[in-house]
Amino acid sequence: MKFRYQLLLLASLIVSIKSVRAQEIKSHNFNELEPILHYQNDTTYVINFWAMWCKPCVEELPEFEDIRKDYTDKKVKVILVSLDFGKNTEDRLAGFLKKKNINAEVVLLDDPDADNWIGKVAKDWDGALPATLIYKKDERIVFTRQISYDELVRSIDKLNNQAN
Amino acid sequence: MKKILILGLFILAAMGIQAQGYQIGDEAKDFKLKNVDGKQISLADYKDAKGFIVIFTCNHCPYAVAYEDRIIEIDKKYKEKGFPVIAINPNDPELYESDSFDNMIVRAKEKGFTFPYLMDETQEVFKRFGATKTPHVFILSNKSGEYTVEYIGAIDNNYKDASQVTSRYVEDAVDALLQNKKPEITSTKAIGCGIKTKG
Repeated sequence: MKFRYQLLLLASLIVSIKSVRAQEIKSHNFNELEPILHYQNDTTYVINFWAMWCKPCVEELPEFEDIRKDYTDKKVKVILVSLDFGKNTEDRLAGFLKKKNINAEVVLLDDPDADNWIGKVAKDWDGALPATLIYKKDERIVFTRQISYDELVRSIDKLNNQAN
Repeated sequence: MKKILILGLFILAAMGIQAQGYQIGDEAKDFKLKNVDGKQISLADYKDAKGFIVIFTCNHCPYAVAYEDRIIEIDKKYKEKGFPVIAINPNDPELYESDSFDNMIVRAKEKGFTFPYLMDETQEVFKRFGATKTPHVFILSNKSGEYTVEYIGAIDNNYKDASQVTSRYVEDAVDALLQNKKPEITSTKAIGCGIKTKG
């Protein structure tokens, strides 16, 4: 009896650790998402638009994860905006991120009137995935293609080293 | 002063590079591409067409898949009126196996495509058009073999759910052209899968 109780305790402990680690993914329309593109603090934000089915997007995910790790103490925040859609998107996304060991913050953008918001992300972006916006206050750098770790570092350092 | 001038020229040159592809009002060049039935297709083959709905699309992209049924409906509706759909797969199949010519044949059969589904083998046509993703629409009008770009962008304003669409950009543009008017909306931004190319 005692043994079973301990087992139960252990099992619940494992479950709770797991639930702490798996992030809860929130879904937004563009109006709800838009504030994350315009924070006016001294952090440099790296916002990547991607989807699970997009091969170049998935290829570059580890670069963003590395940036998140390498800049933890440097006022850099990585946010991965997923454009996935279909059945059980949140669950599929959570499983995918766990498998790929991506721990950067992920939000879902669910707003099918794309013409209305693509230009608000970046003037020069015409809607092809992947795309990445790196900004600090009003300084913005946009990549409308797959990006390398070195390009990310150069862009982040450029924004970070600018006088405020 | 000289430095500023040179810098200005550089910026202009850089802008020129960026502004590749057709703009509204440009004349589009004809092409010759292989269809899923093995035949070579050109715009010039369609002597009676008043214009064309050229759609860069593919097999692998969920946005393109979400629009397949709508593209068939558009073709059925407008082919008779003189605006057939011409679908072109611009992706390099070495980078996306599901976009190979053989898989295009399979997909066209599965879905019962009513329109040609062409392979941009050399990837020159999508570059000339300035297509950047799938799906990406270019509507052309035809005046005796002179093709003018009339609309560039998305099919409609809801990629997820055809029943929730409130603006049918492509249909509105073609309807206007059929009445010899210019489309009210000539360009929109479409979400899509970046076209896969090695260079």
